[in-house]
Amino acid sequence: MKRFSLVPTLLLIAFAHAGGAEVQFNRDIRPILADICLNCHGPDAKSRKAELRLDSLEGAMKEHEGVKPIVPGKPEESDAIARIFSGDKDEVMPPPKYPRQLSAREKELLKTWVAQGAKYEPHWAYIAPRKAALPVVNDAAWMENPIDRFVLARLDAEKLEHSPPAENGALLRRVTLDLTGLPPTLTELDVFEKAAAHDFEKAYSAAVDRLLASPRYGERMALDWLDAARYADTNGFQGDALRMQFPWRDWVVKAFNENMPFDQFTIEQLGGDLLPRPTEQQLIATGFNRNHMLNAEGGTIPEENRTKNVMDRVETVSTVWLGLTLQCTQCHDHKFDPLMQRDYYAMFAMFNQLSEPGGVDKRFGRKSYSDDYDKLYSVESPFITVATAEQKAQFEAAVAVGQKADTALFAREAEFRPAFEQWMHELRTDPELLEKRVTDDGLRRSVNTVPLDNLRDYKPRQLLNLFLKTQPPWEPLVAAVRDAQDAQDRAQYTMPLVMVMRDDKPRETHILLRGNYETPGEKVEPNTPAVLPPLPADVKPDRLALARWLVAPEQPLTARVTVNRLWQMFFGRGIVKTPEDFGVQSPLPSHPELLDWLAVDFREHGWNVKRLVRQMVLSRTYRQNSASTPQLTALDPGNALLAHGPRFRLDSRILRDQALALSGLLVEKMGGASVMPYQPPGVWEGMSFDKNRYFQGHGDDLHRRSLYTFWRRSVAPTTFFDVPARQVCVVKPMRTNTPLQALITLNDVTYVEAARVWAEHLAVLPDDTAKFRQAFRAATAREMQPRELTSLQASLDKARAHFAKHAADAEKLIANGEAPRSASLAPAEHAAWTTLCLLLLNLDETLTQ
Amino acid sequence: MNPLQERARHMTRRRFLGASAFTLGLPALHSLLGAEALKTAPLGLPGLPHFGPKAKRVIYMMQTGGPSHVDLFDDKPELRKRRGEDIPESVLGGLRLTTMTAGQKAKPCLPAAWGGSERGKCGMWVGNLLPHTAAIADDLCFIRSMHGEQINHAPAVTHILTGHNLPGRPSIGAWLTYGLGVESENLPGFVVMTSRDQEASCGQFFYDFYWGAGFLPGKYQGVPFRGAGDPVLYLSNPDGVSREQRREMLDGLAEMNHFANERYQDPEITTRISQYEMAYQMQMSVPELTDLSNEPQSVLDLYGPDVRRKGSYAYNCLMARRLAERGVRYVQLMHAGWDQHGNLPTQLPIQCRDTDQPSAALVTDLKARGLLDDTLVIWGGEFGRTPFVQGDITNIKAHGRDHHPRAFTVWLAGGGVKRGHIHGASDEFAYNAVQDPVHVHDLQATLMHLCGIQHERFTYKFQGRNFRLTDVHGDVVKGILA
Repeated sequence: MKRFSLVPTLLLIAFAHAGGAEVQFNRDIRPILADICLNCHGPDAKSRKAELRLDSLEGAMKEHEGVKPIVPGKPEESDAIARIFSGDKDEVMPPPKYPRQLSAREKELLKTWVAQGAKYEPHWAYIAPRKAALPVVNDAAWMENPIDRFVLARLDAEKLEHSPPAENGALLRRVTLDLTGLPPTLTELDVFEKAAAHDFEKAYSAAVDRLLASPRYGERMALDWLDAARYADTNGFQGDALRMQFPWRDWVVKAFNENMPFDQFTIEQLGGDLLPRPTEQQLIATGFNRNHMLNAEGGTIPEENRTKNVMDRVETVSTVWLGLTLQCTQCHDHKFDPLMQRDYYAMFAMFNQLSEPGGVDKRFGRKSYSDDYDKLYSVESPFITVATAEQKAQFEAAVAVGQKADTALFAREAEFRPAFEQWMHELRTDPELLEKRVTDDGLRRSVNTVPLDNLRDYKPRQLLNLFLKTQPPWEPLVAAVRDAQDAQDRAQYTMPLVMVMRDDKPRETHILLRGNYETPGEKVEPNTPAVLPPLPADVKPDRLALARWLVAPEQPLTARVTVNRLWQMFFGRGIVKTPEDFGVQSPLPSHPELLDWLAVDFREHGWNVKRLVRQMVLSRTYRQNSASTPQLTALDPGNALLAHGPRFRLDSRILRDQALALSGLLVEKMGGASVMPYQPPGVWEGMSFDKNRYFQGHGDDLHRRSLYTFWRRSVAPTTFFDVPARQVCVVKPMRTNTPLQALITLNDVTYVEAARVWAEHLAVLPDDTAKFRQAFRAATAREMQPRELTSLQASLDKARAHFAKHAADAEKLIANGEAPRSASLAPAEHAAWTTLCLLLLNLDETLTQ
Repeated sequence: MNPLQERARHMTRRRFLGASAFTLGLPALHSLLGAEALKTAPLGLPGLPHFGPKAKRVIYMMQTGGPSHVDLFDDKPELRKRRGEDIPESVLGGLRLTTMTAGQKAKPCLPAAWGGSERGKCGMWVGNLLPHTAAIADDLCFIRSMHGEQINHAPAVTHILTGHNLPGRPSIGAWLTYGLGVESENLPGFVVMTSRDQEASCGQFFYDFYWGAGFLPGKYQGVPFRGAGDPVLYLSNPDGVSREQRREMLDGLAEMNHFANERYQDPEITTRISQYEMAYQMQMSVPELTDLSNEPQSVLDLYGPDVRRKGSYAYNCLMARRLAERGVRYVQLMHAGWDQHGNLPTQLPIQCRDTDQPSAALVTDLKARGLLDDTLVIWGGEFGRTPFVQGDITNIKAHGRDHHPRAFTVWLAGGGVKRGHIHGASDEFAYNAVQDPVHVHDLQATLMHLCGIQHERFTYKFQGRNFRLTDVHGDVVKGILA
């Protein structure tokens, strides 16, 4: 058999043609049409040329100006075939100037397809999945789990073999990192290896159950969901003010830990507010659709901002649940998928019923009490206050005091107004005075335009405060207002305002021509995309109906897309390589029957996420050794066929957690407001001209899990790499390999401190070998080979010699980080071991899952 | 390749070999892994460039905030004649204004306030606030008919640098390094440097998506070189770790990773070993890059007094030249401070004083070194400013201009563009681009063209769609090609 050096998902196709087998539309023809022909001959009527549609047989057979583009079975009578083989530059299709041309092979394929009857098939992803019969494979152990039967059947077809199982330690490390985002402890390794020697299956399944029950599981699963939901602690855009959406993040962690069924997980996040008598938790869940950025830049147009918010919701929901890119249909009918602009705005209508004004309408916070910087929050309606009754009472009391102080101040408005107006006049005529008196840039720019008729309005009030602060007669009154405001803010910080969904402002929705809010077209009613099964006839077409429709049995995409995303977490890539796109242009699944089987099984078992995860990690496929061979790598570089176990670099957020865990620094406190661990000075400041200042936390805040690191959208935490910016929905992990990443894991104080503290813990062991054995095993979950010990010992000896000569350097190295240092180790010895621990943290095996 | 660059690369390579020879070092690694494995810089795509490039590298001097084209480049007698009178409705059209002036009923003409004159053989009118730029007018190619749609900073900057107004698309530098690869072995191919006006008058922020890789692999995103602290984040060894000690540690690490490679046979491991090596090289080449001690005084003087202040615009301009010499493909300077809504009369002169001399110096310096021939330099903002006043026209101490994307001016120099050339024109109120209008996407298409890329054919498939820098628009501006 001839082997083509094509990407593996195409291997079967290559075999098929080599053997002259039947051409299959979805596998062989659709990709060509989608890539080349449908741009001008597809569903989008506006860009269609020559009134020819090639996305359906009907269209392709329609006679036009006396010729038939396609005559099934008769390529010689088909004008389309004649045109693609034509040598005339005015005739040939695609036209010579078109950027993508047909290859000779593609032309032959099209011709053969027509000769074989030009059979069209609907796109696989738009047809509801069915459970195919499980393949029979010639390996008893691989017959137990359906996943393995599909995978092995495919390997058999490719004449490839699966790999032997991973070593017990390596497997426990893999599954512990995958399910909890942390490495196994030495005790866990010991217990597992001992039990596995006795009864592997029992020991492994017990370990998996233990991990699924750990609170760390929910934190790990939440990480990817937060990326998809573009969750962050700031609003993005100009100013990038803070928000307090973390109760939504904590809701996600809890939902995963409690194994909330995925259908309920869907319904609560998309339509929790529309459930009968929703709980506070169900309202918080709807924060999913409010995690988008908020534009409050001076001069922006609220209706434009609001429209963009709604678009973000449509696009995020369709990417996460449907695996469809609706973005194109914002402006026009889709060129390849049967998705119409009308579909986009029909979904838009469901997310378009909120009272959101299109800019922030609630601001709170002020100078921090401990530091001289602004801690300003801004949120947009609708939102809820998440607080205990006691917290609310305390807050209301503070508000009452504030109102009283405010009334007392304004009782004397007639006295201070003339002086204030004079002061304002001076500002408006003397720029130097303006620079001196008003330091805030935004405020300074508003001086000339701000109306002074109501001094209680936001901007005039800020200016008035500036003025009164300097005026002895009124200063005490202002101070009273300020103190009350401080008390109010302190109370407010304990009561997050969580932005939620609420259909409190019904609106008509129109198609927006070219996606522009200024040019509304035809009116549309809320609905789901027409190519998919319809909503039930008797329901009100709102977000709750949408959520229920997404998890309805006949809906072909949600289960597949969800299974695929989870698969990607554990195998490094999805069965469909593009988790964000299941449309007609997406690459075909590597294991279509497996994907469908898992999707149906997931739904039939109550959308039980832990069950599905368990099924995946218990499979023999998952348990394989991850070593490859050059031949296999050349044949299947992405390991799509799964001839060996998954092997990929850990998510950088998990890398940090791992370093904290290995060193013993990790603080396992869950939930609450985000924290600010180490970050080099000046990063936020440089991006914001000193407006946003980073105030690094201390103590526990330095060593919480990465999930709780404060996420600023304008500049993501610098310790992380290959992470989404959390500006828009991202469902596909990035894995690059750059020198900048090496600089982080070698030089960031996070890692250096972890190495230093880890070295202290090792000091109790009797000798170098014992220390290396323990540390190496903790990092890689396996025993060292003799040559590895020799190599590490040589590195240690060099480091010892170096720091013996450079005592001052040793002192400096072991002073890295704020964690307290035990004085039990001599500085040179401590520095040498710190170096070796840092080396271990940077081993490829440590960085890799 | 430019001889200077050749020499610079040769020197850094030699220095690197010397520095690492005392332990296992690079030679040993070469024999361990084979020399090819140590080539770390991305190579670019097969088939690119599509044709011979005129520019091998690009320096984009992004002036954020929106420089006032009226005061600096686009003087109009009609504005002077009608000072204080409203711009006619027919000119305004149904335009979108920001909410800062949408409610302002009057739109009184505000002409260029500082005067200017037609300069050089090309006769380009340049405002008196830009004497250095004016002096090199015959080296520059001015486009006076730029236009776009975005009326606010973040969307407009994003549009001009990524081809779309919302974050998430790859920026120009990411596209270029993805398509054409990286030439420098020990510096990133795409470097960003930021600065702001000294008065800090401007409220504009920078966002990392201005130099992001979007959906392209993360390694193509711009690497910010910082004015304070480490030029590259985490570049310095931890306190107490010397270069020699780090070398020893990396050699030990490389050996261990080599063992791992034998065990797993995963090409990622070989890549990782070489990336750690490149990190080590960067630790040396970046400080060498930022060491200005060998720059002659005459060159420093060219850039003006600010050049020694790290993080200043002048310093960044000089760094841009040094980066270009070292083969860095795309350098993006981001300078904020052009957003004069209410302080035009007081602040614009300061802003021009900070930027005029260094901008012109960069062109002059590149030219003197023979680098201007194959380096494309672009100077421009995300939009211009309204020809009508914002605020009270009678109060010259406190008025300004609002954002204005319907006509503005940018200039280009070097790499395949005409010298001493004026392209296009706005109407008699400097309000709409009317003659040979150049849309933001046209500028991007032209930039690609000068780099040897046919912009329609350079796409990346993401979420089922073939994306390109110019979205679905853009025509090469043939009129400015040399």
